Parts: sequence; structure tokens; C-alpha cells
Amino acid sequence: MTSAPAPTRSPDRRQSTAHPPRLLLLAGALTAALSLTPLVYLLVRAGGAGPQRVVDILATPRTLETVATSVALVLAVVTACLIVGVPTAWLLARANLPLRGVWLVTAALPLAVPSYVAAYAWISQFPAMSGFWAAVLILTLVSFPYVVLPVTAALRTADPAVEEVARALGRGPVRAFAAATLPQAWPAAAGGALLVALYVLSDFGAVALLRVDAFTRVIYASYRASFDRIGATVLALVLVVLAAVLVTAERRIRGRALRWRVGTGVQRRVAPIRLVGVARVAALCWLSGLTALALGVPLVSLLLRMVEHSRSPLILAELVAAATTSVAVSFAGAVLAVALALPVGILAGRYRTPLVRTVETLSFTGHALPGVVVGLSLVFLTLAVAPFAYQSVAVLAVAYAVLFGPKAVAATRSATAAVPPILEETARTLGLGPVRAWATTTLRLTLPGVAAGGILVMLTAMKELPATLMLRPTGLDTLATELWSRTDVAAYGSAAPYAITLVALAAVPAWLLGRAVGPIREAGEVDT
Amino acid sequence: MTGVSVRGISFRYHRNAQDHSNVIDHLDLEVPSGSLVAVLGASGSGKTTLLRLLAGFLRPDSGTVLFGDRVVARAGAGAADAFLPPEKRRVGIVPQEGALFPHLTVSGNVGFGLPRSDRDRITEVLEMVQMGDYADARPHDLSGGQQQRVALARALAPRPDVILLDEPFSSLDASLRTHLRADVREVLRAEGTTALMVTHDQDEALSIADLVAVMRGGRIVQSGTPREVYDAPVDLEVARFVGDAVELNLTTSPPTPVTAGVSQVSCALGEVRVRAVGSGASAGFGGAPAVVVLRPEQLVLSVPDRSAGSGAGAGVVREAAYFGHDSLVGVELADGTRIPVRIAGGAPPPRPGDAVVVGVTGEGLLYRTRDHIATTPCS
Repeated sequence: MTSAPAPTRSPDRRQSTAHPPRLLLLAGALTAALSLTPLVYLLVRAGGAGPQRVVDILATPRTLETVATSVALVLAVVTACLIVGVPTAWLLARANLPLRGVWLVTAALPLAVPSYVAAYAWISQFPAMSGFWAAVLILTLVSFPYVVLPVTAALRTADPAVEEVARALGRGPVRAFAAATLPQAWPAAAGGALLVALYVLSDFGAVALLRVDAFTRVIYASYRASFDRIGATVLALVLVVLAAVLVTAERRIRGRALRWRVGTGVQRRVAPIRLVGVARVAALCWLSGLTALALGVPLVSLLLRMVEHSRSPLILAELVAAATTSVAVSFAGAVLAVALALPVGILAGRYRTPLVRTVETLSFTGHALPGVVVGLSLVFLTLAVAPFAYQSVAVLAVAYAVLFGPKAVAATRSATAAVPPILEETARTLGLGPVRAWATTTLRLTLPGVAAGGILVMLTAMKELPATLMLRPTGLDTLATELWSRTDVAAYGSAAPYAITLVALAAVPAWLLGRAVGPIREAGEVDT
Repeated sequence: MTGVSVRGISFRYHRNAQDHSNVIDHLDLEVPSGSLVAVLGASGSGKTTLLRLLAGFLRPDSGTVLFGDRVVARAGAGAADAFLPPEKRRVGIVPQEGALFPHLTVSGNVGFGLPRSDRDRITEVLEMVQMGDYADARPHDLSGGQQQRVALARALAPRPDVILLDEPFSSLDASLRTHLRADVREVLRAEGTTALMVTHDQDEALSIADLVAVMRGGRIVQSGTPREVYDAPVDLEVARFVGDAVELNLTTSPPTPVTAGVSQVSCALGEVRVRAVGSGASAGFGGAPAVVVLRPEQLVLSVPDRSAGSGAGAGVVREAAYFGHDSLVGVELADGTRIPVRIAGGAPPPRPGDAVVVGVTGEGLLYRTRDHIATTPCS
């Protein structure tokens, strides 16, 4: 052996050690710059108004009330989601219930119900619903899967050996679970809770329909009412600060979640816990009740509205037109998002230099920006800089790319990182030039992941409401805006077909998500 | 046929980096045409970096790399800088764990570097690595050893001048490894390809290679036939790295010269003939602290002659590990030194507690100890 102990920090074989190509860095920097533009523009506008004006707006009772309302709403919904979500996840992960696969899908499907569709469905059934607690109920019912899905996955993949060791050391089953397995699920629950918080903070549809004066509704109202640009801008920036805190916390926790399981090798599946008698009935009642509230009520309500409305003719042409428009604009957004995400995702998947990290972090800005903020900023920006582009499909596509581009970046990054660089290098030694070697190996193998990211962006963009309302060309109606304008005039019945179409389209990614948590993916697709 | 010449190359991942692992420091290496050279080094010694420099994945900071008389990389060596990208080098690589293209079949992998028309060559190399029946299989349906065979076939298919093997057997279990090693050796010899393999496994390097180059701190510290490297390591560190080393301090100094290069010293095992290695060796290191190195198989155990009392080499068995083909016996000498003794498999190993005498066959090696090495001093 050599005298000096060999340093173990050898270069990671999965990461190329070369410097990132300049052209790729330039493209990535452009993406980062575009993602930052809405935020920077709002800052510029607020700065232009002068500090006194900003402080005045911040100090108004209305601002303080809005902060209080939003924070209270976030706390209430997060608490409710944890109370509902963690036991549900435990049942799904550990109990020997019949139809486990079905319950997993029904636990994921509420994600497919846009908040404003859920709110509309409940209001049309129970017209008295309004205000803070109604919003808590509805936001909980649409966002608790953010807790259930990661916690279920964590409990399923938690190393059973740890709990067994705790049993062998003398703990009873409940204490062993609490001491050994629950801590493994805690980062997942915390991460999920923060996603719920971000969802609630950014939500526009439900709070607007239920008349809760949270940030998004107040910003939209002040923009609509008076074109009070500075007031709306300052409020939007406060909202961004709150969202940024949540996103930062969520990232920290996600990093920590990876540190469990130190060993390698194949991990055993956990044997399910047998629930019998009363416990079994209670568990099934709990899951059925939750499904009834989260999916049953909205669905039945929407179907009832359909039937009631069936006497007046459904204008199918309008529905088809709206659906087509939805698909077209969100497709444009997805294509732009993927094009912008590609350089960033490839860089992040291959090179871990500080510059690359910065570019990646900046392109995730949109993840922390509520739709209403991006909408507001791009309205002001186009009016000031490029009035000809005001309320055009192009700007709408940019908004979608900024808001949902991070999903495409994440998909591209993980797909790229999953392809060992040695494949591309081996292709080079076999006589292929750099571009062809990249295309036949890395690109070929990442394409499915990138495409999935694009589809996810498209389906998410279809549900987007506030930015679409603010940026769409006059007369251009999507499913979401049609639904919105019909509920605005209390034409509940005629809104139902639009809501159902939206839910059906949005169900696709939620269904995929549930399936991904379901069977633990086959190992060894790339057996290296 | 093409040999490889590496002349004075240096490489660092990061300029000004404090971390000196994985660097290459003015390294020279000759791989004769048609031979297999094993570069043997611990992790962090820079052996994989060297391989990546030869493949063209990295550019040297200075020095020259020649494949035959073709300059494939040259930097800061007087003449104009030159760099051939990997695809122009006619080099084949067998990466760790194969790294087959997961989206292609076995024949797709092997044919990757071949013109479309050359289907016969695919069959030929697959037959050569005994994978002829698996042309349509997918990589994930193959075992680890089969994947390595295909990776070798893929690298050989375009008839490269040089094959580079990056710890090709490290992910396989022991019995499979030995078998595959022999097969790979045979295939490389049949093709007459010049090959360079990096490994941290001494057995692997000694058993498969024509020449072994020991790498440390970014340099080749010794190269020679496996026998030369094992029997005459250039310094104590190499001696320890290429095999098990029994180290004993001297009880008398200086050594008494016997013949040219050979002298006699005494240590806990009595009088031992040694060859001194290193600068100042001929003068017995001028009285500087030195250590005798023996290989466990140079030691022989015998039953003590009761009448002779406890002479040199007398000791007690403390542990015995039986491996079937041989046994490793731990003997505690009278002065408390513990030494390993390897004995052939036929004889049953002695039991702990048995009194034995350790004798020495052949010559040991004498190295200067630069600092005090923690071996128990002789009485």
C-alpha cells in the first residue's frame, strides 16, 4: 500500500470532468435570463416608484391584512394536509388493504382537479360556501396528495432492516416503527407540506371564487380595477418573497432526504401489516370517505350540472374550439419550455461547476413565481417595451415557459444524469464525431425523459388560469378561461362540460404520478 | 502493429488545485507492440486519468503520446501542439462494468463502430468472445461477465491499434474473474492488439500482463515483467503493494557482504541472505535503518528440535486460516513479532498453540526505512 492514504475523492465517473462547452453555457444563460425577466422587471418598476411609495404601500392595513390572510390560509391547509395525508400514506404503504393499486390512484387523482374547478363544483352544489374555512376545505382536498404521494413512497422504500434491528434491540412494533421508519418518512412529509404551502400561496382560482382576500386575489383585483401598477407590483413582490422562502426550505429538505440508506445492494420489500376486524373496516371507511370528498363530490356535482343543463343545448362547437385552443397554446408553451430547458438540463446533468449551478438555480425562478405575478409582470413589460406583443400567444407561451419550464429542466437533467458519459465517450472511440456520438447515445437515451417533461409542461399549462386570463389575446378562449367567465356570471350549468374536459385532460399526469409511486420500478433498465 | 509511447506527460484536473490525487506528473511509459501492459496503482494514483489521456477524453497539459509513429497528443514539447480526438485515434475502450449501449442489441453494440456492410466481422468477434449465440440479446438480459465479453468484442470489432481496459473485471465475482481474465488474454493475443489495462488488483496485473507498470503519485515508479516487479520491487512501498510482505528489522548492522549484491544480515529469523535495493545499497545504506522484506511463501514451517532449545525462528502458532489450496498461518516469534507464513494446501495446517520453527528459503530484500516503520524490533 502507498504510504499516504489515497484520497477517496476521485473524480466521479458519472460526471464528465471536462469543462462545459461555451455554446451550451451561453444557451443556458439565456434561459436563466428569460426566467428571471418577470421578477427583475417587477423589481425595476418598484424601484422606479421610489422607496417612500413602496414603504407606504407595505404599511397599509390592506397589505398587512392580506399577508395575515395568506399566511393563515397556508398554515391551516398545511396542517390539514398533514393530518389527512400521513395516516393515509401509512395505510397505502403498509397495510394489507384490498385494491391497493386503486387506492393509490384515487389518492393521486385529486391533483388533476384544478382548484377553481373544485371550488366551482362545491359552490354550485352548496351555494352558501364562501370565505376562509371553505377555502381551507377545498384547498386541502385538492392538495393533500402532495403529502400522501411522497410519504407513501418514502414508507415503501424505507429500509425494513432498520426497523427489524430496532425490533431485535427490544422495541415493540409501534415503537420500532416510530423510532426507525417514521424518521425516514419525515423529510418526505416536510417536503410535501412545503409543496402544499407553495400551492396554496400561488393559488388564484379557489380563493377568487370563494372570495378570500389572499394575495393572488388582491393583486388581480387591483390590477383589474385601477391598473394600479405600483400597488399590484409591490404586493406581487411580497408574494414572491414568501414563495421563495418556501422553495428554499423545500430544496433543503429534499437534499436531506437522500442521506438515508447508506448501503448498496438490493433492498427487500416490506411485508404488509395485517389489519383485521374493526381496524380494517375503519381503514377502508377512511379511504372511501376521503375519496368521496376529494373526487366524489366534485364529480357528482359536475355531472348534476351537466344533466340540469342538458335542456339548453350544449354548444359543442364552442367546447371543441376552447379545447383546441387550450391544446394549441399550451403546446406552444411546452415546445418553448423544452427548447429553453434543454441546454440547462444537459448542463446540470453533466457538469457540476459553480457557474452551471447558478444557471440551473436561476432557471428555476419560475417555480417560485405564482402565475398571477408572471402575468402581471409580462403585461406591464409588453406594454412598456413591446406594445405590439401585448396580449399575444407568443407572450402567453413565454409565461408558460417561465412558470413550468422548471419541470422540463428537471426532466432533462435527471434523464441526462442517468446516462453515463462513458457511453458517449465509447462511441467516440468507435469512430463517431462529437455531435454524432452525442446524438446516438446520450440524446437517444434522454429523449423519452425530455418528451415526458414536455408533456407534463403542456398538461400543467392547460390548467393555468391567472396568467392566461391576463395575457391571452382578446377573444381567445381556453377551457380554463371559459370556465372562469361562466362561473363569474353564475352560469354554473354551462360551465360543467368545460370543467369535466379539463379534469379529464389533467388526470393524465396525475395518473402517471400515482403509477410511478405504485410498483417500485424495475431495476436494471440500464444494467451498469 | 502499433506500440504506445507516453513521453513526459503531465495533467491536472484543476490548475492550482491543492488536491494532488489523480494527477499525472511527467509520466513515461512504453507499451511494446502487441503486448499487454498492466498499470497497477492504488485508487487516486492517477491510473484512470492516464487511460483517459490515452483514449483522448482528456488533453495533456504537456508531453507527447505516440501510437506507433503517429502523434496523437502533444503539448508544450517544443513542436506544435497536436491533439487527435478519440474518434480519430483508432483506439478501443473496455470500460468498467462494460457500459454497453442499453438501447441496442448485442450485435448493435458490436456493430456500432463498423460500416453497415461488415456484418461478418460482428459474427467473427462475437464468436471470438464466445457470445455467438447472443447476437440478438439485449444488454440487460446478460450477466456481468457476458456484458464484459460483449464490451471487449465491441472494442475489438473495428480492429483498433490499441485497446484500453479500465478495471474490466473488478465488478465480477472471483471465480468468474479468473476465467474471464484467461479468455480475454487469449483473445487479445489472437488479435495481436496492443493493450493497456489499468487495475488496482495485484493478482490480476501479475497473472495477465506481459509487463506490469506500478503507478504512484502520477508517475510510473517501476515497470518490468511480473516476475521482476514481484521479486525485485524498487522500494518498500512497491514491495508492500505488489504482494504480501513480511517485514523484519535487523538485529545486527551493518550487513556482511557475501557476493556481489548479496549480503548477510541477522534478524528474528536468524541469518538471512538479502539483496539490498535502492541508492546506497552497495554500502549497506551506510548504517541507516533498514528492513528485511520476505514473501510469505519464502517461509517454511518445521517442528522444533527439542534438544536444540529455542533458537532463531522459534515461535508459536497463533492463528491458522485454511483456504483449501493453501493455508495462511500466523506465527508469533519469541520477540513478539507476528508474521504470516503461507503453506501449501496438501498438509493440514498446524493448530494454534503449536510450537514451530520458521525457516527462510531464497534471498530476501533489504530496504532502507526512511522513517521508523512500525514493525516490532528484533531482540
